[in-house]
Amino acid sequence: MFVFRLDTHSGVPPYLQLVQQVRQAVLLGFLQPGDRLPLIREVVEDLAINPNTVAKAYRQMEQENLVTGRPGQGTFVNEQQSAAMSASTYTSLRRGLATWLRRAYAAGLDEQAVNALFTSVHQQTRNEDVA
Amino acid sequence: MTATEFALRTDGVGKRYRKGWALRDCTLALPAGGVIALVGPNGAGKTTLLRLVVGLLAPSTGTVEVLGHDVTASTPQTLSRVGFLAQDHPLYKRFTVAEMLRFGRACNLRFDQGLAERRLAKLGIPLDRRAGTLSGGQQAQVALALALAKRPDLLVLDEPVASLDPLARHEFLQVLMGAVAEGGVTVLFSSHVVHELERVCDHLVVLNHGRVTLTGDIDTLLAEHRLLVGPRTATDLDRAGAVVEAVHSDRHTTLLVRDGAIPTAPGWQAQPIALEDLVLAYLRRPSEPRAAVTSGVAA
Repeated sequence: MFVFRLDTHSGVPPYLQLVQQVRQAVLLGFLQPGDRLPLIREVVEDLAINPNTVAKAYRQMEQENLVTGRPGQGTFVNEQQSAAMSASTYTSLRRGLATWLRRAYAAGLDEQAVNALFTSVHQQTRNEDVA
Repeated sequence: MTATEFALRTDGVGKRYRKGWALRDCTLALPAGGVIALVGPNGAGKTTLLRLVVGLLAPSTGTVEVLGHDVTASTPQTLSRVGFLAQDHPLYKRFTVAEMLRFGRACNLRFDQGLAERRLAKLGIPLDRRAGTLSGGQQAQVALALALAKRPDLLVLDEPVASLDPLARHEFLQVLMGAVAEGGVTVLFSSHVVHELERVCDHLVVLNHGRVTLTGDIDTLLAEHRLLVGPRTATDLDRAGAVVEAVHSDRHTTLLVRDGAIPTAPGWQAQPIALEDLVLAYLRRPSEPRAAVTSGVAA
């Protein structure tokens, strides 16, 4: 059964963290079509989290067509329309990032500097795409 | 929203003790079905507000409406729909747990003793133990089970987890959130610990110096606020009045802004803010009266 986590210092709203974890798990193949997500009740009692937050996350995932709720049975992962990233794309992106990281560390950056650089470039790229 | 969609409404509520005002101009509308945190430093007026809500105190000014009824005119029927857990989970220490349950049943119009017994059995708390010999965490669980046995529509808790160790705190919140998941109960609790509020609450009320300084749906509040980090500047950035807090270091300035009213100039980066930092920023603001920031509830 899929297990959620919560990072209370990330600044990302808890409901969004839950959505992102499922999105990511589907992308990486940890969650397959037809897999059942835990019941809201189970997530609530596991994480000591507000049930409205979990319900909101599940609603959002249904809206994104990531999962389908079947009354009385549970919430199940959908067949993804845009098929999950192909394994070769994933491997090549991962390898590219690892190469870049090794260069960054070799140049003397520490973890925080790497994160700051990544965030800054990421934001800039996103802004350029919007403009 | 109609009146009954609000579990609690206050209008211009103030409470004056001999020493002065403990609470002033408190106007709130809190949605039913939610988990609402009342946050503020010690002495901010949290306990006063909670006692006004459950009818243990009468307001000096304004009105308090709970579940659609004026509290000052509350009948036993209205009161039976409200549960209250005072600070430090008071129990009769020499009573056994079973005696506490019988006492609860005798004192309440509505009391589901079976529910309380099942909850306590699940937690492994023996009914024949005297309350005073239980651990702090277990006493808190007994007090919570008693409050939940009333099947209240509104459950008010004053600093429920302040005295508990981290594990007992987690277990207490697990039970409390489980009760919310079963549906039908609105939870209002006070805390001076801001950490980890985000996971248990969907609504926030920040009190400081007897006044409400921030209130709203937490996701909305977080979406509306941004941290802007950019080069240090001396110009007045707060023409729009949207800057909550500005912190300057030698070369850069960090602004907490609301509504994203300030356009992001080149060289500035916008970041989301964590709930804890948001609350602290509002608590650091000077205490002169100003309108509370309200979000997420249609007036």
